[in-house]
Amino acid sequence: MKALSSRHLIGIRDLTVSDCDLIFRTAEEFKDVLNRPIKKVPSLRDLTIVNLFFENSTRTRLSFELAEKRLSADVINFSASASSVSKGETLVDTVNNILAMKVDMVVMRHPLPGAAAFLQSRVNTQIVNAGDGTHEHPTQALLDAFSLRMKFGELKGLKVAIVGDIRHSRVAISNILLLTKLGAEVEVCGPRTFIPKYVTELGVRVSHDLDATLAWCDVANMLRIQLERQDDPRGIPYFSTLREYAQRFGLHEERLQRVAHPIAIMHPGPINRGVELSAGVADGPHSLILEQVENGVAIRMAVLYLLAGTRGN
Amino acid sequence: MALQKMKKGRRVSPFFVPYLRTMDRHVLIAPPLFVRIIDRLAHQLLEDPDFDRLALVGIQPRGGLLAQRIAARLNRLHPDYPVPCGALDVTFHRDDFRRKDHPLAPSENDMPFLVEDRRVILVDDVLYTGRTVRAAMEALLSFGRPASVQLLVLIDRRFHRELPIEPQFVGLTVDSIDAQFVRVHWSADGSADEVELLHAKPL
Repeated sequence: MKALSSRHLIGIRDLTVSDCDLIFRTAEEFKDVLNRPIKKVPSLRDLTIVNLFFENSTRTRLSFELAEKRLSADVINFSASASSVSKGETLVDTVNNILAMKVDMVVMRHPLPGAAAFLQSRVNTQIVNAGDGTHEHPTQALLDAFSLRMKFGELKGLKVAIVGDIRHSRVAISNILLLTKLGAEVEVCGPRTFIPKYVTELGVRVSHDLDATLAWCDVANMLRIQLERQDDPRGIPYFSTLREYAQRFGLHEERLQRVAHPIAIMHPGPINRGVELSAGVADGPHSLILEQVENGVAIRMAVLYLLAGTRGN
Repeated sequence: MALQKMKKGRRVSPFFVPYLRTMDRHVLIAPPLFVRIIDRLAHQLLEDPDFDRLALVGIQPRGGLLAQRIAARLNRLHPDYPVPCGALDVTFHRDDFRRKDHPLAPSENDMPFLVEDRRVILVDDVLYTGRTVRAAMEALLSFGRPASVQLLVLIDRRFHRELPIEPQFVGLTVDSIDAQFVRVHWSADGSADEVELLHAKPL
């Protein structure tokens, strides 16, 4: 078996198509492990992994922690709010101090774009990016693509719509990079304020009409409105009211029924129920949301296993 | 136990066959003998008084094929009880993780039955250091608690065992040196399976 072409997972750009394929095939075997009576394998038992979370998270953090524990790694958790970071310690100092305690791998989430790449260039350890600001969230994109592969078999030619706050979404960027790399067609849809101008350079279509997008796509990935990132420096809001946003860009049963073909619904979580997704659609038969969460553990196990699995790392 | 004192098959020792040293490869089991060995192993399993609790579990990637060959033979000999036959991947339980240049590649698991309270026969093509079998025992236990576990191998390379593991059922015992390599060729329909001894490890 080939090894991954990168020692780290900073962004989707680190991965080749065959790397992705390797991750997916390994994740399938880990998914099988997760359905056994004993869901644990001893592969990483001599490794210590630190989860460095400088930003709040439920799903990603639990998912990484479970993946690490199911691989028998020792896990230490770190959250910025309860640490010396609040006393003014720098990122590199914090990480070097943790590494001095013989930690083998760092899983990091940080509110600033590029934090993972910055750390990688200054610290001698393996780094897995669990989301850096509005830049990338590679494991989320991998688990989304893995869920689609499980459902549709093949990603080539699949029509995927990414709807909502593209500007602030690391999930959107990682998904666009990965899906186009794997041959899927991608359309982004949202209010003009949420669609960055440069997004067409990534090879995606742009739409501002959700109904037209739904008529085109096989899959709709509904992003969360990031209420904590509405940070325009001039104080101008990106959209007028949540109610108006929900009417124009929210997915509800009535809108879904108007579309002739079935559409698979994805959401990276956490859902603002009644804004981007109505409860009926989120819990409906076409929703892949809980499968995404289930596959997240398998994908993260595969990434950690493959990164840790070669001599010298 | 009578079953465990079963005759361990023919022995082949390359040390006493001078011409072997000059040849690149030597066929240990030709296709007709292969079929007879599968027959004998199937009959040995049939002698188990608890035959109707047996289950075959092949160690992936190649033990799965051997388990299927034996299960097919058993089902012809004794159609009343179709022996359940699974394939077990042991990659995640191996002890050489992080000791190779590439990550270890997992194979598919296929365990279509519960191992709970069954008399499991672990099946592999070649037994050498015993490390794969150790990993297999650990992997098997994560599927439940079998009543017992026994080991069946086609080729037992007696020397260079690194763990205290001995097979109960053996196709052929081979005295080989470390530099040599035993390779099993599997044919699609089972009519041309054979085993050969190579005098150097293939690249």
